[in-house]
Amino acid sequence: MSVHTLEIDGRMVTALEGETILAAAEDAGIFIPKLCAVEGLSAPGACRLCMVEIAGQNKLRAACLTRAAEGMVVRTETSALREQRKLLVELLLAEGNHVCSVCVVNGYCELQSLAAALDVDHVRFTPRYPARTIDLSHERFGLDHNRCILCTRCVRACDEIEGAHTLDVAGRGRTARIITDLAEPWGHSESCTGCGKCVRTCPTGALFLKNKPAAEMKKDSGFIRQIIAARREKIWI
Amino acid sequence: MIPASGNEDERLKALDAVMAGHHYSGHALIEVLHAAQKEWGYLTSGLMRHIARKLRLPPSRVLGVATFYHLFRFTSPAPHEAVVCMGTACYVQGAANLLDSARRACARNGWAVTTGRCVGSCGLAPVAVCDGAAMSRATPAALSAEMERKYDAANPGPRARG
Amino acid sequence: MTPQILARAREAEQDRQSRLRDRILCCTVAGCLSSGAGAVRRSLEQEVERQGLGGAVEIAGTGCMGLCGDGPLIRSSKRDLIYSKVAPGHAPAVIAGAHPAMTADHPFYKGQRRLVLANSGRADPERIRDYIAAGGYEALLQAVTRMTPDEIISVIRRSGLRGRGGAGYPAGLKWELVARQKSPVKYVVCNADEGDPGAFMNRSVLEGDPHRVLEGMVIAGRAVGAQQGFIYARGESPLAIERLQTAIGQARNERLCGERIFDTSFNFRIDLRIGAGAYVCGEETALIASIEGGRGQPRPRPPYPPESGLWGAPTLINNVETFANVPAIVANGAEWFSKIGAPASPGTKIFALAGRVARTGLVEVPVGTSLQTIIEDIGGGVPEGYEFKAAQTGGPAGGCIPASALGVPMDYDSLPAIGTMMGSGGLIVMDSSTCMVDIARFFMEFCMEESCGKCVPCRAGTVQMHSILERITRGEGDPRDIARLMELADLLQNTSACGLGIAAPNPVISTLRYFREEYESHIHARRCPAARCRMHGEAAA
Ligand SMILES: Cc1cc2nc3c(=O)[nH]c(=O)nc-3n(C[C@H](O)[C@H](O)[C@H](O)COP(=O)(O)O)c2cc1C
Ligand code: SF4
Ligand code: SF4
Ligand code: FES
Repeated sequence: MSVHTLEIDGRMVTALEGETILAAAEDAGIFIPKLCAVEGLSAPGACRLCMVEIAGQNKLRAACLTRAAEGMVVRTETSALREQRKLLVELLLAEGNHVCSVCVVNGYCELQSLAAALDVDHVRFTPRYPARTIDLSHERFGLDHNRCILCTRCVRACDEIEGAHTLDVAGRGRTARIITDLAEPWGHSESCTGCGKCVRTCPTGALFLKNKPAAEMKKDSGFIRQIIAARREKIWI
Repeated sequence: MIPASGNEDERLKALDAVMAGHHYSGHALIEVLHAAQKEWGYLTSGLMRHIARKLRLPPSRVLGVATFYHLFRFTSPAPHEAVVCMGTACYVQGAANLLDSARRACARNGWAVTTGRCVGSCGLAPVAVCDGAAMSRATPAALSAEMERKYDAANPGPRARG
Repeated sequence: MTPQILARAREAEQDRQSRLRDRILCCTVAGCLSSGAGAVRRSLEQEVERQGLGGAVEIAGTGCMGLCGDGPLIRSSKRDLIYSKVAPGHAPAVIAGAHPAMTADHPFYKGQRRLVLANSGRADPERIRDYIAAGGYEALLQAVTRMTPDEIISVIRRSGLRGRGGAGYPAGLKWELVARQKSPVKYVVCNADEGDPGAFMNRSVLEGDPHRVLEGMVIAGRAVGAQQGFIYARGESPLAIERLQTAIGQARNERLCGERIFDTSFNFRIDLRIGAGAYVCGEETALIASIEGGRGQPRPRPPYPPESGLWGAPTLINNVETFANVPAIVANGAEWFSKIGAPASPGTKIFALAGRVARTGLVEVPVGTSLQTIIEDIGGGVPEGYEFKAAQTGGPAGGCIPASALGVPMDYDSLPAIGTMMGSGGLIVMDSSTCMVDIARFFMEFCMEESCGKCVPCRAGTVQMHSILERITRGEGDPRDIARLMELADLLQNTSACGLGIAAPNPVISTLRYFREEYESHIHARRCPAARCRMHGEAAA
């Protein structure tokens, strides 16, 4: 397998053939903001937080979708990129109903940490206060649409890893929402295996374990990488 | 519009023929949803479950696809439907007023009023379509009169006006 | 179908038509139908019967003759005259040739050059013999029996034809890209999803001359090495769908598509796929997702469809009007085509002219014709008593052109330079009664409702831009709103995942560029200069 050398934020980094800029950067310890990409799942390019500058290209590129190439010069942190990311996070905060103080994952939410890292101290947009519901019909899991950022990590984990495809997105644009089966209560779902992969991949408090203290709600999508490695390469990491 | 004839079995048979024509391929989901809506007038959960099973698709995928597109509906259509074109030409020529007046009129006579995107008659803007018949250079007064007339024609006899 | 049969069919139909005393063609396209063309046609048929002219005078349907605003339109083939605003009662006079008529030197037609619309007004879209009599399928015969795929591509490339779907990408280059792929399975897709609100060019071509599009597609199939084509049509255009179904059936029966075309080993099947109401499905990767039976959400590019499109196979996607140009180019040669229109964008473009202009309808002009010529000469200008303010092109992805830029040539390079685009060909003339902030709000609402919702900037950003514009049009604007709009516009352009989000801010940017004082008047003086917006606290008009 061939290896490429490229420059990311002034550092020389190596990438395997086919590897994305995002993955190559992470391997080198450079963390580009992201909310939708998860190693081991397909990348929808939905959150647009990972957009980076590539020398010689006039358009920004999503690092999660763009393959690293030999000699590429990438910048992941400029003041313009930072300002854009702030706006994106503010758009997300204004779009749903995000009240961190009462959230089950307060302290463990990827949206919250990103907002902190980007110094988002107030939201410049009109909050939409959408009327959204909470589904508590499943015996162990809850789905709070108020906190969903439509990253579709749960949908992809459910489809691509578990193979159940209980979850999907219905509607479109601002009416888009996560559904279980035919938008029936989750607890009635015939397809759900109760594996909980969706809950573990969800970056926010939208999917949560019922009756668990926040400290046990620490999310980690790393398990997906492990499953993939075990399935494909028969190695347990 | 709900077809007047045809019982449940016949409709299911017609739907099955369409699915068979596409070899029960999941790729044909949208064609199949079109066919189902043509037979029943709208898509119910039961129908979508049936389609999901036959095409071997997850139910959430079927609903996800159906709700993505504007033309699919999930409740039974009203007996009369007026579509006010909201294409640019119609908007510039006052479609918003037309829509307002149609909405006021429909409160009285059981019409469903919706908006459309360009019916292809921009030269005759603004355009409204009442139960399939296009009205060009429509005015608020002419549109509400037409809605009343069609309602009266379909509902002969005295009626209370609210 | 064999070459001999095609020639015989053409001669027989031409001969049949020439022996008629007259052939009266009634427009059977959306515009005229909504002004009563159906009743006019029936009365003409009854009149023919009443006068016992059965074998001598034929009444037939035809495609759009352009002047939709003056419909229903009727054309007498023998007299070569067009009658406008025909009512059922006029039937005897029309048949007798005593009805007042327009001639070819009518100002509406003088500046036009009808290539794609050549058969509209001359042939019946529901009869394949009409198309054949007009020389149809000759180009396909040539492409299949006398040209190699490389030769076909070379003709298209040298002709300079650019995609008519909006971006103006050179068609020949795209065909070459697909042809070069080594794959046993390839597809040709015709993008007939025209969803721009205020555009009905593609739809009129499909309703008025469906075989021209089919022929273009089959030629493309032969050139790129595909055996299967799809037409993705708007679910909202039932007549276009019906005409396409009829045409595909006829072409299949005559072996002009399907198996063993012209008795060669070349097979090319065409299937129709019907959209279900989603503007974003006009975007090529969303269209692919929709044909595959999924949610019409755009997919990341690269890979581009010529490399990996439908079901991962190399796929050629072109617009209806692009394909409709192909038969004439193959038949007449690249040089002929490249001399029409502007050197960098040869050929013609169809525009749907509407709004505050004397003559509205469908116009086809050489690319590069000035906006002024289209509005003043062809459209007859803004009617007396009204004042021109702006022309909108490119729909929700385009912008507004002020009076000072009326001289702009309508081509793929000049329009972007003044902040708008060609788009699919919607052209709407606005006068002083149109509020430019309200128009920006109108288009933003469209984009907000049509956003697929996948990516954050477009899904949430259009909502915020719309809410700011709505606030301004309500007279509740804030002095910081213009800066906020520009900030969001920048974000959407830089970070959206597909053309919908990237172009959604264009109407705002363009109206801010040319009509900033209207925004300021709403915000600071709480006054709408066009008196269109109802300001907060103001009594209802
Ligand atoms: C939001 C959006 C909508 C589009 N709608 C259409 C459309 O309705 N018809 C069309 O031909 N192209 C449309 N396009 C452009 C297509 O993606 C594609 O470029 C085009 O079909 C290519 O054909 P052409 O090269 O012949 O122009 C749209 C693009 C975007 C981003
Ligand atoms: S529920 Fe969680 S994982 Fe699923 S889309 Fe919403 S935020 Fe993302
Ligand atoms: S820009 Fe809009 S339409 Fe395009 S992918 Fe993003 S959300 Fe969907
Ligand atoms: S991580 Fe790349 S778009 Fe979300």
